[in-house]
Amino acid sequence: MKKNRLIPVLLLKNGWLVQSKSFSRYQNLGDPITSVRRLSNWASDELIFIDITREGEYDMKRDDKGHPNRHTIEEIIRDVAKECLMPITIGGRIRTLQDIALRVGSGADKVCINTKPIETPEFVTQAAKEYGSQCIVVSIDVRLDSEGTWRIFKDGGKVSTGWNALHWAKEVESRGAGEILINSIDRDGARTGYDIPLLDQISKTVKIPVIAMGGVGEWEHFAEALDKTQVDAIAAANIFHYYDQSVYVAKQYLYERHYNVRPPDLILFDPREVKNAVL
Amino acid sequence: MKSVMLIDYDMGNITSVANAFEVAGCDVKISRDPAGIANAERLVLPGVGAFGEGMEHLTKLNLIDAMRTHALKNQRPFMGICLGMQLLADRGYEFGDHAGLTWIPGEVKRLEVKDLRLPHVGWNNLKVVKKKSPFLQGLSDEVDFYFVHSFHFIPKNVDVIAATCDYGGDFCAVIEKENIFGAQFHPEKSQKAGSLLLKNFLNL
Repeated sequence: MKKNRLIPVLLLKNGWLVQSKSFSRYQNLGDPITSVRRLSNWASDELIFIDITREGEYDMKRDDKGHPNRHTIEEIIRDVAKECLMPITIGGRIRTLQDIALRVGSGADKVCINTKPIETPEFVTQAAKEYGSQCIVVSIDVRLDSEGTWRIFKDGGKVSTGWNALHWAKEVESRGAGEILINSIDRDGARTGYDIPLLDQISKTVKIPVIAMGGVGEWEHFAEALDKTQVDAIAAANIFHYYDQSVYVAKQYLYERHYNVRPPDLILFDPREVKNAVL
Repeated sequence: MKSVMLIDYDMGNITSVANAFEVAGCDVKISRDPAGIANAERLVLPGVGAFGEGMEHLTKLNLIDAMRTHALKNQRPFMGICLGMQLLADRGYEFGDHAGLTWIPGEVKRLEVKDLRLPHVGWNNLKVVKKKSPFLQGLSDEVDFYFVHSFHFIPKNVDVIAATCDYGGDFCAVIEKENIFGAQFHPEKSQKAGSLLLKNFLNL
């Protein structure tokens, strides 16, 4: 049986891993490579990396941590891909097919696009034709307006479009998106749980897999999304960086309660030294 | 040290496959040189993307005869991953009707999954049919692998099915015909289970 995926999301700003609140305040969490190594050891189902750099260069500031400092997103993706034998989705700052080529060529399995499709909806079709739908994740950032309608935002949640989120989800599906990552700006960093009615509506509207994002503060918030909506995957950012072995513990929580997830596992070896694993 | 050659035909995630084979412990070469490919010890055809485009790239790069020499004439171990497995078929129906390599009789069609979602993306377990297969040695039916696809291989002769997977019905997840192997999932993305499978391939 296919399992529901538990997906840590890493936000990268100028080469640093950050924590986000309401899409506007960011706190430094440190070196992305170190975090990826941990998330890999905890047997995450998949990783989503979103580059929210708005301007300026990539600089991890240090090169004394066992891996070199990096100055481009391709270099960072290459390093990340070497660390983990799991699927990696790379999002942020993707405006052209060339941007996708660069990321896929560096080791990304999928790319996540948000603003470009809003400006040029045909971009989804072109990207899906070139790389296959399975490679194209469209992320949708949403706020609930005063009339109770979910509206989508672009440019990192900064620019309102006035578009209806359910209509947009339907449209990107028909244009060839392989998955939708739905993120509630209202819930970002709030730790009060997912926007369940939003996830419910979106996952009923489309037939492609939906990844839930935004608001997880407790393990039971993951369970709630699986109980009450038809999302295929449950994602979160901040919570996975707060606790040691967070992914393992979250999976254990769900697995023990008979949710349809992979059993918790630890890959406590340097992947480069694996010789005789027995399953 | 054992060695494996990955066919570089501009179809997807060759870097990830190379990483995973290095982890599994072997010498990895990436090549599009027909002479090198024909004489490789072990050959892997990875691949992410559409069927027609995959065949077009192999044809343009003049690699099909070299692959035939390796797998059919010299009968050395060959593995196709995802699209690389699908290309072994006679025909594929993704964006039209395309001829495949015709090494293993069968067709590649869209999954019929009733009310489930497509693409089939995520971790799913296998049902091992060929329990004695050296390729699947050490893998139990509970072990999950990472899948991401909408099309599947329907072989004419069910004897080549080494393992199936259930997503709205059983489909062919692993193919085995003499020295030719194929996996619909991505061993290079499947952590411990994937490493074990790649090691099994190296030990053939």
